[in-house]
Amino acid sequence: MAESVLTALTERFGDAILETGTYVGDEIAIVAREQLVAVLTFLRDDPDMAFAMLTDLTVVDYLEQTPRFEVVYQLYSLSKKHRVRLKVHVDEAPEQCWVPTATGLWHAANWAEREAWDLYGVRFEGHPDMRRILMYDEFVGHPLRKDYPQNARQPLLRRPDATPTDDQTTRLLEDSHDRRTSG
Amino acid sequence: MVATSHKDATVSGHKDVPGAAPVAHSLADTFEPSGRQAGENRLSPSMEAFAEQARRLPTDEVIINMGPSHPAMHGTVRVVLRIDGETIKDADVQIGYLHRGFEKESENATYNQIFPYVDRLNYVSPMLNNVGYAMAVEKLLGITERIPERAEYIRVIAGELARVCDHLTCIVASLAELGGFTAFFYGIRAREHFWELLEDISGARMTHSYCRIGGVAWDLTEDFIPKCREKITKVRKLIDDTRTLVERNRIFLDRMEGVGTLSGEDAVSYGITGPVLRASGVDYDVRKDKPYSVYDHFDFAIPIADGGDNLARYLVRIEEMEQSMQIIEQAMVQIPPGAVIINDPAIALPAKREVYNSIEGMIAHFKHVMDGLRVPPGEAYSFTEAGNGELGFYIVSDGTGRPFKCRCRPPSFYTTAALRQLIVGANLADVVPIFGGINMIGGECDR
Amino acid sequence: MPDHPGYVPTKLQDAINWAQKYSLFTYPFATACCAMEFMATMAGKYDIARFGAEFPRFSPRQADLLLIVGTVTERQGPILRRIYDQMADPKWVIAFGVCASTGGFYQNYTVMPGADQVVPVDVYIPGCPPRPEQVLDGLMTLQRRIQDHRGHSQRELGNTAAFTPHDRRRLPIVPDGTSMTLDEDERMPKDGRVL
Repeated sequence: MAESVLTALTERFGDAILETGTYVGDEIAIVAREQLVAVLTFLRDDPDMAFAMLTDLTVVDYLEQTPRFEVVYQLYSLSKKHRVRLKVHVDEAPEQCWVPTATGLWHAANWAEREAWDLYGVRFEGHPDMRRILMYDEFVGHPLRKDYPQNARQPLLRRPDATPTDDQTTRLLEDSHDRRTSG
Repeated sequence: MVATSHKDATVSGHKDVPGAAPVAHSLADTFEPSGRQAGENRLSPSMEAFAEQARRLPTDEVIINMGPSHPAMHGTVRVVLRIDGETIKDADVQIGYLHRGFEKESENATYNQIFPYVDRLNYVSPMLNNVGYAMAVEKLLGITERIPERAEYIRVIAGELARVCDHLTCIVASLAELGGFTAFFYGIRAREHFWELLEDISGARMTHSYCRIGGVAWDLTEDFIPKCREKITKVRKLIDDTRTLVERNRIFLDRMEGVGTLSGEDAVSYGITGPVLRASGVDYDVRKDKPYSVYDHFDFAIPIADGGDNLARYLVRIEEMEQSMQIIEQAMVQIPPGAVIINDPAIALPAKREVYNSIEGMIAHFKHVMDGLRVPPGEAYSFTEAGNGELGFYIVSDGTGRPFKCRCRPPSFYTTAALRQLIVGANLADVVPIFGGINMIGGECDR
Repeated sequence: MPDHPGYVPTKLQDAINWAQKYSLFTYPFATACCAMEFMATMAGKYDIARFGAEFPRFSPRQADLLLIVGTVTERQGPILRRIYDQMADPKWVIAFGVCASTGGFYQNYTVMPGADQVVPVDVYIPGCPPRPEQVLDGLMTLQRRIQDHRGHSQRELGNTAAFTPHDRRRLPIVPDGTSMTLDEDERMPKDGRVL
């Protein structure tokens, strides 16, 4: 069943499907960014595909590889009961770090894309309401990028005696442990 | 409404249509010309002037803030509402107050160390999360077929117990928010019964960390099955009592029926799964759709309701609890004897006996704990039916003992995304039952 | 009152302490997993009502015991502080569970290492989540402190209500050229927000 999805994609979009494959039973297709919306629309609307549900959208950060990011779409068809995973490669450079939005196709894309931007910093061009969703607006950076230190807190508030009086920026970057764990 | 009073007869003036005219109408109806029914007399001139004045009163839209620490918002969510009178014109749902960095933590933990973090995603049914995560890693390892059958049965039993707890908590917490505190005590008492069972098998009341990759940590206790039967009887009784308390209650019905309606199409487009989707009439349950574990060995039904409103969600959950308990009963009959964890030193911890008595065992144990089990490079998306819907884990491995990426597909996140659509147009007070009905769990939604 | 020793005042203080310790009105700042155990503690089997603290007041102005139930994230810090500031004196704070006490096993960019970073805490209840018995023990510990008049958090730590939160937007942006640096146009749009 699902093999036919990959075949249909390759037949219809040719060069826009950069790679297809199967791993532990999951069907995967890598799509060129330029054709992404066309591919997604086809998958949603074609009666043989009928991917009515965007199950999940996330980003993988392959630091030190080019292209660095991979935006991953998990699609599911309720009527045909098949799944496919689409991937789009995205470059790290700020002007290249974007993919077109899928908010016009599924409601689910709205929050999922906001989260992907919030945590990974991949822009979704055309998204109607691009704000941070899990982190706060004052937060600097994108915490799930591999080069964001795990412990770099950006406190909004500290009790005066709990906050070191010296350079707070140093604390943000270097001091990863709170006073209690460091003694 | 039966027109019997003397006053009514004089006001309505229509004797031939008994019951058509209301006995009395509210002040708002009096002010609203359209609220006047045929045959009712006009107001006296002085009242009419006042009513006219009231009609021309300007109403302003007000912005109010529900949450992030609000008694009825039993997750940590902030809903900013633009209301006109009681009607919600627009809403902005803000989540993220419980973002605990699950993915960042799991990138720095070995595969088995992630279990405690997984427990705390959907903290109302941790066992289901355990199972979902373990299955994802097993899929990546390619050992799904090799899991001992007894372990699968134990996972099903424990998971279904957790599902009942999840639905119970959801139902009685939202009932408490509607003012039915008695029902809350009944429901928590029932949940307590199952927590005792889960404590027996895992050692912890709610954050169990009972599953392991390749099976479960240890076997059931000897008296588990008779005890479980006894508890199921008690819980059935308590659920019945809870239902009796509320289901014929006018206030309950008024606040649940027809409130927060969501069409099946929208629900699918929002990526909603689980009871909320099934209450909208869409037949999708991973347990039936793609039976994982040993779910194909049981005879159970997936309840569907087509109202799409709060009451439908409530009824679907109630019925699902019964179905879950039937699954448990069947599983307790069918459960085979045997090992509870895969016999593979590369995946399972060696037995304690070997660890303390042989150098090989000790080295294996040390390597296992320090480096974690090795997962071949690759990626897998595995999904199970958790309390709120499809719980997916997308794991990318780079061949080391720690996942390169461990993404949890949270069902609550997608359900909460639809909250805005559900509450716009509703009354302010409806936010509470709607929010209770979609069962947003902060730990899972924000991770 | 302790400054004026004498039979009547000290006995009066005892009576006040006794009354206070058995009529703790709680404000549950319930955020996470611990809320499930808090529900269990409130309900029939464990019955926190036996200790006079059963009635959750969901208005901080009517409460005198702030129960911080669950993980406090950095994002919640200002909210927690605001709730604490709204409570009338005398007030006590219990950190319910390890996350509220120390951040627990979440040592990362978003979780605050303990609620005592923003509010003073009287009693820390360990456990992830603590069992109801442990919660009741923590409550009794607090009651003993109240009866002994050992002072509540404000007395020991000074009233810390007046201080300025530092505003992240005024901090310099990370200068080392990593992706943590955000250009002005890459920042989140500020307009279009509801509030």
